[in-house]
Amino acid sequence: MKTICLFFEVHQPFRHRKYRFFDIGNDHYYYDDYANETIMRKIAEKSYLPTNRVLLKLAKELNGNFKVAFSLSGVAMEQFELYAPEVIDSFKELTRTGCVEFLSETYSHSLASLKDKTVFEEQVRLHDQKIFELFGQKPKVFKNTEMIYSDDIGAQVCQMGYQGMLTEGARHILGWKSPNFLYVNARNPRLKVLMRNFKLSDDISFRFSNNNWSEYPLTAEKFTGWLKKLDSNEEVVNLFLSYESFGERQPKESGIFEFLERWAQLVAEDNSLKFATPSQIIKELQPVSVVSVPNPISWADEERDLTAWLGNEMQKEAFENLYELRRRMASCTDPKLIRDWNYLQISDHFYYMSTKFFSSGEAHSYYNPFESPYEAFINYMNVLSDFKIRLNAVTPENEKEQEVAALHKLLASKEQKIKKMEAELQRLQKPKTRQKKTTKKRKA
Amino acid sequence: MKVLMFGWEFPPHISGGLGTACYGLTKGLASLKNTEVLFVVPKAFGDEDQSLIQLIGANKTAIAQKEFLFNETGTKIDYLEVNSEVIPYVTEEEFWTLKNQTTYKKARFIKTDEGFNVDFSGGYGPNLIGEIKNYAVVADIIARENDFDIIHAHDWLAYPAGIAAKRASGKPLVIHVHATDFDRSGGNVNPTVYAIEREGMEIADKIIAVSNFTRQTIIEKYNIPPEKIVTVYNAVEPQTNKHNLNIKKGVNEKLVTFLGRITMQKGPEYFIEAAHLVLKKKDNVRFVMAGSGDKMAEMVERVAHLGMADKFHFTGFLEGEDVNQMFQMTDVFVMPSVSEPFGIVPLEAMQADVPVIISNQSGVSEILKHAIKIDFWDTYAMADAIYGLLTYPALSGFLKKSGKKEVGGLKWHHSAKRVQEIYENLLNV
Repeated sequence: MKTICLFFEVHQPFRHRKYRFFDIGNDHYYYDDYANETIMRKIAEKSYLPTNRVLLKLAKELNGNFKVAFSLSGVAMEQFELYAPEVIDSFKELTRTGCVEFLSETYSHSLASLKDKTVFEEQVRLHDQKIFELFGQKPKVFKNTEMIYSDDIGAQVCQMGYQGMLTEGARHILGWKSPNFLYVNARNPRLKVLMRNFKLSDDISFRFSNNNWSEYPLTAEKFTGWLKKLDSNEEVVNLFLSYESFGERQPKESGIFEFLERWAQLVAEDNSLKFATPSQIIKELQPVSVVSVPNPISWADEERDLTAWLGNEMQKEAFENLYELRRRMASCTDPKLIRDWNYLQISDHFYYMSTKFFSSGEAHSYYNPFESPYEAFINYMNVLSDFKIRLNAVTPENEKEQEVAALHKLLASKEQKIKKMEAELQRLQKPKTRQKKTTKKRKA
Repeated sequence: MKVLMFGWEFPPHISGGLGTACYGLTKGLASLKNTEVLFVVPKAFGDEDQSLIQLIGANKTAIAQKEFLFNETGTKIDYLEVNSEVIPYVTEEEFWTLKNQTTYKKARFIKTDEGFNVDFSGGYGPNLIGEIKNYAVVADIIARENDFDIIHAHDWLAYPAGIAAKRASGKPLVIHVHATDFDRSGGNVNPTVYAIEREGMEIADKIIAVSNFTRQTIIEKYNIPPEKIVTVYNAVEPQTNKHNLNIKKGVNEKLVTFLGRITMQKGPEYFIEAAHLVLKKKDNVRFVMAGSGDKMAEMVERVAHLGMADKFHFTGFLEGEDVNQMFQMTDVFVMPSVSEPFGIVPLEAMQADVPVIISNQSGVSEILKHAIKIDFWDTYAMADAIYGLLTYPALSGFLKKSGKKEVGGLKWHHSAKRVQEIYENLLNV
């Protein structure tokens, strides 16, 4: 019996408007509402809503034999609420069928896991809270932004109380091993790791409508056949896709929805295949081995690394500049600032600054509001400059200044004390030079 | 194969990008196998770099004096005799001595009633049209006296010469469009110039445009069939490290530079407006407009009017080493051209480790990745890019590094190879 784990990532960023340097200090609204609304409406109508309809139909028809997992980024949920509330409703309806598991992730679809434990935990907490508010579930399995994973991140996620985590079945990590088993984290074996089968996942999400592909056209029967043909010892096939693959990357006309429906029916009918959510898989299957990932991986590009977000100096600079503010943000209670802080962390901002794909810019041009990575960088830094000014108004400039201020206070009080003592000494006796010296030193 | 090439200027006697491009291309061609270039300019000064090519000055070519008949329009209708005494020279020195003797003795004919002058100025003076025609006359003779396989004429000043050579020899003509009058005039073309350009394009067997931008102009404004035009991008001579560490800015401020002719084509006014916007927000920055041109007075006035004359400087025309010095002091280079067929200056800036902002209306923007591209009229975007480069060191650092690398890959050798392919295709047909 092979288990199919179907998982969809749902995320849309809050795109920044053209924020010129003249706006710094003058205008504190950073978002391109028009673009965000248009894009959200478009994708909701082309992808989210119709796909949800198909899944709802499947869930009802297949009587609990159909299982699916989602991770919705917090910023995507916020945009649903703002621009497409019916998407939330359709997710709710889907949830009521009992076939859906929501996974945990970062609120902003952020890269916080790579930088700071506290910020990361806060991001996850915010996300899970939102999921609970909307869908009444408490996620038990974690999926990081863009499947980013490393031994350290896994260990931390385990510490945060999650039982499992999803990541890419990167070839350079697995080597000869198959992604079609359950693995465990190298530092804390209590955390189970599900590895994405990128070949089969990408067959659907990238190649489905490509008529240059040797397997074109991909039919539900053919795909099910591939699943059945896999080595009989293999236990799980993890199909992790971004949700826009349905209806957006693969247009409706390509027959992707019919494919999804037919294929799910075939799997449910088949005796050797079944659907399960990540939590069920973790419960049911025995892990076969440890997977060691010393350096972070992701599901992006051929390299499966972080270079799409943190590949060049500009991206690193912007990233460092942003998270430099984290300590001051910790003491910030202004809700507007916190909201902008969350939106600033959205990983897409860094993605737009990538210079990797100057030649084959396809993947990176997907709803990218910027014509060049340079423009993206300037815009982001302008926004960040304004944000810093606002933060400065609320909390002192930086820790150094805070410390300096504290020291100043201390110095002043000591000085007073000294004066007092000096006066006392003078009144009492003459031998006081030595004491004076030491006090001077202290002052210096 | 031997190429007879007509240009108007040649380093070190240049006034703009044309001479530089001609030099780069001929050098690139000379480095290829089986290609030899005979380069003709109206006036040879004698100090040109002739290590790789032969340079002929039209002013040094012996011309017979009998009868040249011209009709009213100045078109040559009949050519009677050429001097048969063109000397087969052996060494360079011998050539020049012999040439000089004969030329000056026999060059008198041009001072006849036709009012011509064989002593070409080689510049862009008031008698330009006359000179171009004379140049064509001499080209005819050069074509008869030399052995070559193909003719290549650079820009409109040399088109009549190229046509004359084609008529004289029957060899195929390639014309190389570095700019059209639409670029120079901003749309108000000079009908005489347009006629010369169009005639050249129509008679040519193949047209080389320096960018798709220019190619499009040729198709749309000159009605030339697209298949006749090929785009060959310019390149840039590799710069040996000319860094002079002694150069220091007098002030500890950032410097933003415009370098080029101060004419409508180059969009200097947009640079000034952008500078004004930046100065509103940022204090420790200065702007420099290096160059001269017919719009200079107007620009100086505009700067004064905006009240930023203390932060905005005009240097006048810069040449040679001064340009390098300028680049070394520069933190951001801006080319806001309204219509720029190619634009070699940003490449030179990039070689000198200067991040560049270029307009989308330039040919060079078609090939550069590591430059910030804006529309020339979008002064807000321009100002924002300038501000970004001045404020965020990671950006300028990245652009410097990757820009230098990118520009290092733009070699004249590659452009010359493309040109050679064009020659070969023409000759095989």
